Amino acid sequence: MSHHQTQHQHTECTSCEDAHPSRFRGGIVPTEAKPLTYEEVNTTVLAMLEPPTYRWWLFLALCLAAVAIGGVSWTRQILNGMTEAGKSHPDMWGGYITTFVFWVGIAHSGTLISAVLYLFRAHFRMPIYRLAEAMTVFAVLTAGLFPLIHLGRVWYFYWLMPYPNERAIWPNFRSPLLWDVFAVSTYLTISSTFFIIGLIPDIAVARDAAKTKFRKILYGITSLGWSGSHPQWKHYTAAYLFFAALATPLVVSVHSVVSWDFAMSIVPGWHATIFPPYFVAGAIFSGIAMVITIMVPLRKIFGLERILEPKHFDAMCKLILLTSGILTYSYGVEFYTAWFSNNEFERAQFWFRPFGEVGAAFWGMTFCNCIFPQLLWIKKLRTNIPFVFCVTILINIGMWLERFNIIVQSLSHEYIPYSWGWYNFSWVDIGIVIGSFGWFGMWMTLFVKFFPAVAITEIKEILPAPRRVAQGGNH
Amino acid sequence: MSWLRIEKYIDTEPHSEEFTVNFLPMMCQHCNNAPCEPVCPVYATYHNEEGLNAMVYNRCVGTRYCSNNCSYKVRRFNWVTIDVPEPLSWQINPDVTKRTMGVMEKCTFCVQRIAEAKDKAKDEGRLVRDGEIQPACAQSCPTQAIAFGNLNDPESRVSKLSNDKRAYKVLDHHINTQPAVSYLNDIKYRL
Repeated sequence: MSHHQTQHQHTECTSCEDAHPSRFRGGIVPTEAKPLTYEEVNTTVLAMLEPPTYRWWLFLALCLAAVAIGGVSWTRQILNGMTEAGKSHPDMWGGYITTFVFWVGIAHSGTLISAVLYLFRAHFRMPIYRLAEAMTVFAVLTAGLFPLIHLGRVWYFYWLMPYPNERAIWPNFRSPLLWDVFAVSTYLTISSTFFIIGLIPDIAVARDAAKTKFRKILYGITSLGWSGSHPQWKHYTAAYLFFAALATPLVVSVHSVVSWDFAMSIVPGWHATIFPPYFVAGAIFSGIAMVITIMVPLRKIFGLERILEPKHFDAMCKLILLTSGILTYSYGVEFYTAWFSNNEFERAQFWFRPFGEVGAAFWGMTFCNCIFPQLLWIKKLRTNIPFVFCVTILINIGMWLERFNIIVQSLSHEYIPYSWGWYNFSWVDIGIVIGSFGWFGMWMTLFVKFFPAVAITEIKEILPAPRRVAQGGNH
Repeated sequence: MSWLRIEKYIDTEPHSEEFTVNFLPMMCQHCNNAPCEPVCPVYATYHNEEGLNAMVYNRCVGTRYCSNNCSYKVRRFNWVTIDVPEPLSWQINPDVTKRTMGVMEKCTFCVQRIAEAKDKAKDEGRLVRDGEIQPACAQSCPTQAIAFGNLNDPESRVSKLSNDKRAYKVLDHHINTQPAVSYLNDIKYRL
């Protein structure tokens, strides 16, 4: 049944509307008086690949400058030691692991939007998912740097890999850090495979419209000989469904494993059974916020208003509301557990978080993640795109603060009062965090100019099929 | 780097201006159920068969997870490489590996002295005698407050002391780390 249906979604037969009227339930038909045509989708999306303006170069230069700051900072740290990062006892982990978890979290919603919502047949994902997937791949690329950056002796990072060696030493499979290595690398492999497979038909569209020789070669190779024939679609659809099903468990597994870095330890504030679902919900929350943060400027710059409609923002904001609710509940559970356990160390930790030296980080997190997003219950605000943009910026900040609270606050206030302490950010520490944003921004900036950042073929699936033979309708 | 620190605690009395100053020497407790050991991804820290929480310095990559998970916060990290110029470098113990930046280090109960005493005992065809091994802390303590020896030998000084009524293990009943180090309660008389 589902196989039959999927096949139909992807084969753009003109009789689809009659055969599956249920596909258009729930406001999927564009609400504008005049719906987009297939050709308009092609031209709007392919216009993004036109030669860049000076503003694009400016933004790329900005990103590269940030990468350079990060590079200089990291070089300093490698040469002079971890002292450059401003860390001290007892805060062995700080800004780096906070930012690592932040980027892994961002990397989450891509697979949620592309794979999980695909399996659930949620059509609002169509115009969003390509950007979300790109964001996922690039965020994992960014996150993957941090476990290296934070190593004391990064030149021996390969000791964390199980490789055959003359000393016959394996890594310690009991260590959650090793699970991290596998979880993140698996996620990078699967999410980039899924991303590239989704791109193939769209690259073919770009190939057919390519003007320069460079682009003809680039798209000619990367479209893997796609012609859009019926047998190709048949296999493609089956493969896409397979990869969606393969990627779905990873949505849950990756951030669960990352949360075990903390939950498997005995640090008060880390050692909690709620961490895996709490982290997964937080990851989806932050990931969706970041997708919107990226989508809003792109929509404006590339004139995607008719593709990314307010109703898509509305649907995303509902997901934000849901995950914000789960997150608020999880914060509450942490405090309740600390109180109910009657464990003095847990209680001290959860008293320290709101009322300690850096309570501001806690209250900032609560405001950004729990309180302010509640305004999205109002439908008018959900479709008010500047407002939604502001909410997502706050959520990005709030989610960084959440990880900061979990990591630094917990480490600062452990069992032995003599060892309570704090660490100060250094310029190297901040420079590397800035560099990570530049690195991520650089990939995103390059991506929107080289590959279709909006799924051309899949948007056509949710448009009413042309009744007569439309010009330029083939892809 | 201080592998052994003196923790100072000031206890105030309720409804009074009086206070007492207490202190506790704190070094690696060599937990039998050590939280630092399973979290190391490269097996740089492990439990040896004598019950020592041992550390392979040149295997450490510096994730610092062991220190995070150490409840006693007794692991020390080399944030920088400390270069000691000539001739001061001559004061550095030649029996111990020199640690560079990015490596975690800790109290080993002077594992080099243990090895030396065991070698000597082996050469003479006997077991290590009680009190034969003295870690540097025990050696330098003028009041002999620190005892080191074989806990499995019921006749050793350390095993008698650790079976004393006054003996307690820090944090053990909270988090079940089962430290190898016992402390003796101070007995106070109030007149």
